[in-house]
Amino acid sequence: MIQIISLLVENKPGALMRITGLLTARNYNIESLTVARTLDPDLSRMSIAVDVDPKLRQQVVKQMNKLVNVLQASDLTDGPAVARELVLLRVRTAIENRTAVLKEAEIFGARVVDSSTEGFVLEATGDAEKLDTFVDLMRAYGEIEVTRSGVVAVTLENKKLRLSPPVPAPSSGVVYEGEEEAAAAAVDGVLR
Amino acid sequence: MAQTISGQQATQGPLLSGAQILLECLAREGVDCMFGYPGGVTIPLYDAMYSNPLKHILVRHEQNAAFAAQGYARATGKVGVCCATSGPGATNLVTGLVDAMMDSIPIVALTGQVSTSLIGSDAFQEADTFGITRSATKHNFMVQNVKDLAQVIHEAFYLAASGRPGPVLVDIPKDVFQGHTHYKPVDEIHLPGYKVFSEGHTGQIRRAAQMIWDAKRPYVVGGGGIVLANAAKEFTELVETIDAPTVTTLLGLGGISTGHPNFISMPGMHGSYAANMGLHGCDLIIALGIRFDDRVTGKLAAFAPHAKVIHIDIDPAEISKNRLADLPIVGDLKRVLPKLIREVKDLKATEHGKNYQARVDWWKQIRSWKEEHPLEPKTSTTEIKPQQLMVEIDKISGGEAIVAVDVGQHQMWAAQFINFHHPRLWLCSGGLGSMGFGLPSAMGAQMALPDKLVFAICGDGGFQMSLPELATLVNNGLNVKIIVMNNGYLGMVRQWQELFYNNRLSSVELCSFPDPAMLAGAYGFKGRTVESPLDLPAALKEAVEYNGPYLLNVKVTPNENVFPMVPAGGAHNEMVLGPPKPVSVA
Ligand SMILES: Cc1ncc(C[n+]2csc(CCOP(=O)(O)OP(=O)(O)O)c2C)c(N)n1
Ligand SMILES: [Mg+2]
Repeated sequence: MIQIISLLVENKPGALMRITGLLTARNYNIESLTVARTLDPDLSRMSIAVDVDPKLRQQVVKQMNKLVNVLQASDLTDGPAVARELVLLRVRTAIENRTAVLKEAEIFGARVVDSSTEGFVLEATGDAEKLDTFVDLMRAYGEIEVTRSGVVAVTLENKKLRLSPPVPAPSSGVVYEGEEEAAAAAVDGVLR
Repeated sequence: MAQTISGQQATQGPLLSGAQILLECLAREGVDCMFGYPGGVTIPLYDAMYSNPLKHILVRHEQNAAFAAQGYARATGKVGVCCATSGPGATNLVTGLVDAMMDSIPIVALTGQVSTSLIGSDAFQEADTFGITRSATKHNFMVQNVKDLAQVIHEAFYLAASGRPGPVLVDIPKDVFQGHTHYKPVDEIHLPGYKVFSEGHTGQIRRAAQMIWDAKRPYVVGGGGIVLANAAKEFTELVETIDAPTVTTLLGLGGISTGHPNFISMPGMHGSYAANMGLHGCDLIIALGIRFDDRVTGKLAAFAPHAKVIHIDIDPAEISKNRLADLPIVGDLKRVLPKLIREVKDLKATEHGKNYQARVDWWKQIRSWKEEHPLEPKTSTTEIKPQQLMVEIDKISGGEAIVAVDVGQHQMWAAQFINFHHPRLWLCSGGLGSMGFGLPSAMGAQMALPDKLVFAICGDGGFQMSLPELATLVNNGLNVKIIVMNNGYLGMVRQWQELFYNNRLSSVELCSFPDPAMLAGAYGFKGRTVESPLDLPAALKEAVEYNGPYLLNVKVTPNENVFPMVPAGGAHNEMVLGPPKPVSVA
C-alpha cells in the first residue's frame, strides 16, 4: 500500500541521496517524491509516497528518523492530513470538442493555462484519485500528455518538533561529558 | 598593522593549515594512533604528521587499516581511526566500513579527495567517495572549506561513538588540507536531527520487571549491544538477580563470562542444542542489545514460538524489526539495566514465590538438554581435530586472551570452544562475515594493548586475504600469535556443498599453503607446522612464548563439519546435531 511520509530535512549536501538511498537499499519502492525549501532556507520539506507492506510502515519511518540530517519524519498515511498533487495535462482536441473539454475541466476545478487551435494545457490539483479520474476522462477527448508533481502533504496535527540540544565538544581528554544528560533531555518520554 | 594581526590572532586563534587543524582535533579526541596509507592528495596531511606525536601505523592495504581500526575499537571501546588517499585508497576501505556498520563498531575514516576545483572533472584518482560510502557508514561528510574542518571532525567522532555506534567517514579535499584559517577549538557539537535515546522509559522498565517475574521459563539473550554499551557488569547482575538461563549471540560472547553458571552457550545456526532448545521452549525472552539476526533466529516464523519478548536496544529501528516486541524499551543498556535490576529486586519479595517451582523445573529441563547433547570437542590421538585445537588455545588463554578470528568453520569452532571471561576479548566479524578480518583486527587490538596476549585464529583461506600485513606486525613490534587452522579447504563453503549440494565440491580446495617457516622467516619472524595432536600443546606454548609474532600452521582433519547446525531457513527444533547427512534444505 502507499504510505505518505513527511520529512523535515536539513539542507545539507547528500541529504536527498541518503533518503532515496535508504529506501532503495531496503527495497521500498518510491512512488513519488517532492522537495522544496521551507520558511527557514536551511531546511527542506519532503513528501514521499512509498509503496510498502503495511507491516513495515513503522520501520520505514524509524529508519528515516535515524538519518542525521532528518529533523523529523512522520507517517501521514492514517493521521489527519491533507495530501495534494498537481497535474499539468496537454490535450490535443478537435475544435468541436473544445467546449466539452472546458466543461469537464470546470467540473474538476482545472484551469486553462494555455490554449491553441491544437488544444489546451490544463492545470488541476487534488488528491491522487481525483487526478487519476481527470486524466482518464481527458483521454477520451484526444491525445494527452501528462506531468504530475507527486504528492505534497501536510499534517493537521500540531506535532512538536523535538530537536537535540548541543553537546560539548571534547577538550583534550574529556570525552563527551554531559552527552547522556543531553540525550536524556531529548527523549523526554517521546519514545518508550 | 602588525598589532591588528596579533589582535586578530588573540580573538580568532592561530593561523593553521587544514592538516594541522585535523591533527589538533584528533589530539583533542584522544586519538593516540591511526592506521593508514598515504597518497597524492593526503601528502599535505602526512607532511604535517611528520612533526606530530600522533602514531601512524603504515598498513599494507587500506582494507586492513579499516579492520585494524575496528580491532582497536572492539578491544578498547575507543573510536578507531583509519586514513586513506582518494580514489583507490578510499574504495579499498569500503569492506571495512560496511563491516563496522553491520557490527556497530565506532571508527572514523579519513579520506583524501582531489582539490575542490577538480571535483567532478574525473581528475586523477578522483572517486565519488561521499556517494560510494553513503550506505557504508552511519554518516559521512565532505569538507568543502577549511573553516568547517574542525567542526566536522568532532561531529564525526561524536556520531561514531554515541548512540548506536558505527563508522563515520570524512572526505577531505587536498586544498582543504592545504588551506589556512584561524583555529579556535570547537566547543559545541550541534546535530539537531541526531537523536540518542539513553534513559529508557520508566513505566516500561517497571512493566518489564513484572513480566520477568510473571514468566515461568524466562531466558536472557545478550548481544553485541552488551559489549558496545560496556554493560557486562550490569548484564551479569541482572542475570544473577533473575537467575535465568542465559545465552549470548556471536557478538555478545564475553558479555557475561562464558564460565558463569547461568551461561548456556551461543544460540543460532551453530549454537548448542541446549541454547537453541531453550529459545524454542522459553516463555519469555529478555533480549538485550540484539537485533534478531537470521543466523540467530533461523526461520523467523518458528522462532521462540511460546515466548513473549522484552526487547531493550538503543536503536528504536531494531525494535520489532524482525521479531515483534511485546515490551520495547529504547535506551542505553548501561543506563537502563541498573534501573531494571532495581525494579526486579523491588518485586522480588512479593513475586519470587509465584513461579518458583516452574523455574526450578525450567532449569532442570535446560540441564537435561545440556546433558543430552553437550557441546563436546572431538578428539583424536592421530590427527588434530579442529575442535581440539580450539580447546588447546582455550587452555592457554584461560578466558583472558584476546582472540580475533577470521570467517569460516574455524570461527564457529572458536566461538563454541574458547572461553571469554570478559567482554572485548572476542573480535569477530559477525554481521558482514568478512574474510580477511582476523589478522588486521588482531593487529589493531595489539596496537592498543601491547601487553595483552593476542591470537589471530584464521582459516587457511582467509589468512591469505590479509597476508601482506605480516610486514606491519614486524615493523611495529606487534607480537600477534597467528594460528592458521589449516583444513586445506574453504571449509565453510565445502561444508555447505557437502551437506546441501550433494558433495559437489566446486572451487573450495585450496591445494597449497605456503611453508609457514619460510613465509614467516621471509618477514623475519618464526613459523612452523604442527600435525600431531601430541605436539600441539607444546607448539602453542612455543608460539605464545616466542618474543615476536608467530605463525603456527595447524593441520587439522580436512573434512570436519561444524555441528550442531540449524540449516539456513530452518527452525531451532529442526537442528542437525551431526552426521549422518541431513536432508537438503533449500
Ligand atoms: C571476503 C569474503 N569472501 C567470501 C566469503 C564466503 N566464505 C565464507 S566462509 C568461507 C571459507 C573460508 O575458508 P577458510 O578461511 O579456509 O576457513 P575455514 O572455513 O576453512 O575454517 C568463504 C569463502 C566471505 N565470508 N568473505
Ligand atoms: Mg580452511
